[in-house]
Amino acid sequence: MTPKNRLDGGQIDPAITHEFRFDGKSYTGHAGDTLASALLANGVRLMGRSFKYHRPRGVLTAGSEEPNALVELRSGARQEPNTRATTAELFDGLVAKSQNRIGSLRFDLMAVNDRFSNFLTAGFYYKTFMWPAAFWEKIYEPIIRKAAGLGSLSLLDDPDVYDKGFLHCDLLIVGAGPAGLSAALTAGRSGADVIIADEDFRMGGRLNSETFSLGDQSGADWAAATVAELAALPNVRVMNRTTIIGAFDHGIYGAVERVSDHLPTPLDGKPRQVLWRIYTKQTILAAGAIERPIAFENNDRPGIMLASALRTYANRYAVAADRRVAIFTNNDDGHRTAADLHAKGIKIAAVVDVRADAPRSHDFEVLHGQVIDTKGRHGLTFAEVRLESGDMRTLECGALGMAGGWNPNVHLTCHQRGRPAWNDALAAFVPGGVLPVGMTVAGAANGDMSTAGALRGGAEAAKRALGLKGKLPTLPEAEDAPVNITPFWYVEGCSRAWLDQQNDVTVKDVKLSHQEGYRSVEHLKRYTTLGMATDQGKTSNMGGLAIMAELAGKSIPEVGTTIFRPPYTPTSIGVLGGRARGQAFHPKRLTPSHTWATEQGAIFVEVGNWLRAQWFPRAGETTWRESVDREVLATRKSVGVCDVTTLGKVDVQGTDAAEFLNKIYCNGFAKLAVGRTRYGLMLREDGIAMDDGTAARLADDHFVVTTTTANALSVYRHMEFVRQCLYPDMDVQLISTTEAWAQYAVAGPNSRKVLEKLVDGDISNEAFPFMACANITVCGGLRARLFRISFSGELAYEIAVPTAYGDALIRKIMEAGAEYDITAYGTEALGVMRIEKGHAAGNELNGTTTAANLGMGRMVSKAKDSIGSVLSEREGLNRADDLRQVGIKPVDPADPVPAGAHLMKADGPVDAAHDQGYVTSACYSPNLGHSIALGFLKDGANRLGERMRLVSPLTGVNVDVEIVSAHFIDPEGERLRA
Amino acid sequence: MIIDHPLLGPRDSAEFTYKGDARLIDRPDPEKGATAHDFYDYGYLRDNPAGWHEELWFHEAGDRSWLVVTRNTLTHEISKVELARDVARSRGRSK
Repeated sequence: MTPKNRLDGGQIDPAITHEFRFDGKSYTGHAGDTLASALLANGVRLMGRSFKYHRPRGVLTAGSEEPNALVELRSGARQEPNTRATTAELFDGLVAKSQNRIGSLRFDLMAVNDRFSNFLTAGFYYKTFMWPAAFWEKIYEPIIRKAAGLGSLSLLDDPDVYDKGFLHCDLLIVGAGPAGLSAALTAGRSGADVIIADEDFRMGGRLNSETFSLGDQSGADWAAATVAELAALPNVRVMNRTTIIGAFDHGIYGAVERVSDHLPTPLDGKPRQVLWRIYTKQTILAAGAIERPIAFENNDRPGIMLASALRTYANRYAVAADRRVAIFTNNDDGHRTAADLHAKGIKIAAVVDVRADAPRSHDFEVLHGQVIDTKGRHGLTFAEVRLESGDMRTLECGALGMAGGWNPNVHLTCHQRGRPAWNDALAAFVPGGVLPVGMTVAGAANGDMSTAGALRGGAEAAKRALGLKGKLPTLPEAEDAPVNITPFWYVEGCSRAWLDQQNDVTVKDVKLSHQEGYRSVEHLKRYTTLGMATDQGKTSNMGGLAIMAELAGKSIPEVGTTIFRPPYTPTSIGVLGGRARGQAFHPKRLTPSHTWATEQGAIFVEVGNWLRAQWFPRAGETTWRESVDREVLATRKSVGVCDVTTLGKVDVQGTDAAEFLNKIYCNGFAKLAVGRTRYGLMLREDGIAMDDGTAARLADDHFVVTTTTANALSVYRHMEFVRQCLYPDMDVQLISTTEAWAQYAVAGPNSRKVLEKLVDGDISNEAFPFMACANITVCGGLRARLFRISFSGELAYEIAVPTAYGDALIRKIMEAGAEYDITAYGTEALGVMRIEKGHAAGNELNGTTTAANLGMGRMVSKAKDSIGSVLSEREGLNRADDLRQVGIKPVDPADPVPAGAHLMKADGPVDAAHDQGYVTSACYSPNLGHSIALGFLKDGANRLGERMRLVSPLTGVNVDVEIVSAHFIDPEGERLRA
Repeated sequence: MIIDHPLLGPRDSAEFTYKGDARLIDRPDPEKGATAHDFYDYGYLRDNPAGWHEELWFHEAGDRSWLVVTRNTLTHEISKVELARDVARSRGRSK
């Protein structure tokens, strides 16, 4: 059965019928329909509820500028809220739901808001929800959030794939209406690399919506033939369903291609959408124009829409919005709609024109007057007309077209600070100011409103953009009607006349904001929320602006306009994220021992991008602490091994290498002997500690520098800055070798015995003392590096082999260490041992601490200049009571000493004003049998032995502690040198 | 943005890391009498021009060159791209 409002013709395919459901009810439509056109064909005018007042709403437009007909499309994990019914292509099995309602769409319980509209005017929230402040978070906000807002999310993972891609072209053409297509023909035939993109699934723009002929073809046929010719050219890429969402710097455009949105589910292996980054030399914006409504009382009832939308539904989709239609216009274009609908057999109740000199017609009545009110609870039934004579007329109609004139679609011209300029003849803004680099504008977007003007403008723009010589291509004959318009924005005396239907902003709201002193258009926008919804005010800004100008007694150009910013239409987070989801969002870097550690059942932790073994649980261990305590005790008793590959490594080579290190480290390196390693502290130029590590001198002109895991990248960047920008003539080269070497710490009293079994050569204490380093070989010839450095405080080595041998080496070390019960330890045990030893790490090098705070003030060499050395001496960083790193232990061994807690005098007040310092790192020390911590304390070096209170009001901690040396284990360092 | 690298040609700005004012090249030299005050100027006082600005960019995802990019902060137009090392030398920096 043919739905009641389906006409003949159009560009739908009546042979292909699609069944779909809206709010649970089944309907049919055809291939080529949108959800909106198919619903209208079935006589469904009510499609949604408004944002604030929950007024019944239907479609206003037939395009992406739609403010009202937003639906939840699809179901389950693919449910997508706020989808415009006017752009959703119909497919078989489509399911959609109306949104922003409680109860059914026809009887929305929230519609009570409409009764209280006098209280819900502009600024209502600002004025009402001021006090009491405590109510805001718990009461006001949840209510407002529930009442406002639009569609809902499925809260399920999106099952589809989104992609990103890069394109390059000589010329990008935005929009495939008459201007865009003639530009593409001109450019394509010249051989230039052209991309033409249009957001619609059917290219042709208004040509598909009009009854004009181009030469001897219909506009739609000419568009189809032209698209076919372009698609056959190898140098032209034709992209339908592709929205150019933004014009960015240097001719870069963002585009979203909706590859699969028109299908029930994406085809196998296809993404749902693709985000393209298009690098262009030139761009022609041929985005057309958008019709604007007229504000009058109750102009938001379902059935009231833009006149051009009525025309699109009739001509393109073969749909009558209703069988009886009235038009309210201030320009000739409104009459064109009436003529087209009349030709389709639709009854024109009347054309109401505000102009005395409106054209007359034999086919329908033209009234000189204004529509002053409408009736119809869930859809238009009557329009009240006040004639110029003062008489009243009631028009019976189920649809009413508003023709307020056309706004050139200048959106993208504003993305790089372009300011549209007022054009009196069109009563509209046209592109102005500085356009994005390489952009020209053609056709209706440039104010060329006739078809002939658009065809000519497009071809000329392409010629100019590409510097083509010769004549324009022959263009078909087309209508060339001038624009006849008398600006008319709103009906005098109206109040609940809607300007912004998506955000429910009325003429009255604009007047109220003027009355309350808002004079800037930007303030008006924010106070009333005009134009701030997902449609960005494409149909509403102009009306608000005009009323504001009138109230201020200024012209529209004097008031100025707000500008647009990307994206052109709402863009899904999915496509912006692309494939960077889940694991791919944050790629994991695996250490060389990862496979082996996995075999051992290691628990891993993310450190930066790295996955590091955190601890190695053994059978019977039920808490992480049991494993960590065991690893620490076993290492200190015999020997342990830990993967330290993730520490940054920078190879520094050249005759000036030592001098270079003298610059980047605050302590001296010039005199470091070959074969020796030294701890180094890097400062920022402001005197704050940046990073620490070691530098091993493998040769006169060759050092290996290590950094902390977290700062590997930023330290390398800093070193390159110093090398290239500050000392460009130093003979020094840098390369990051973090990934090139697998490195293991082997620590504990038996570490030498284990390594002696692997290293080719003598590593006795005499031959290879504390802080020695060397290029060596292991296992009978494999090149390796050995450093006798210790983070744990034990006799320890770090041994490095090329990464490819990392897995083999950890297995060899475990094998060699078996007789000493070698224990693999993770980052937790590493942390415990460094706290026991009092070594600073990231918690202490936290971007606020100086060398002096860290107890390393004397390391800053006065004998040389280094980065940060001068400012490290300034007064503000060198006060007598400055923070110093200390150790902290509980008086009662059972008490915890949590990180983040603050130190207070034992008998003093406990408040921020009497704060003495804070805990940075804390752990349970299995060697001491109680918790220990590192922290910073005012004048801490002189307060060892002091009893203090450690408090954390947030977590309820309040314990007695004693300040001690940070070196809990082996303070003399005898183990290191054993 | 596209940065026309002097050695590699036009590259997307996503490959670069931004540092700031190219005056950071002009580090005071304590061995030539620079004072803490000079370092205070160097470390903390920057112009923030609405217009042309010489700034340091690091080609981190590329060849690791530091570049001096002359960029208009209002329009993002780039008028000149130089190797920072050459700029440093031209300003008298050496070892």
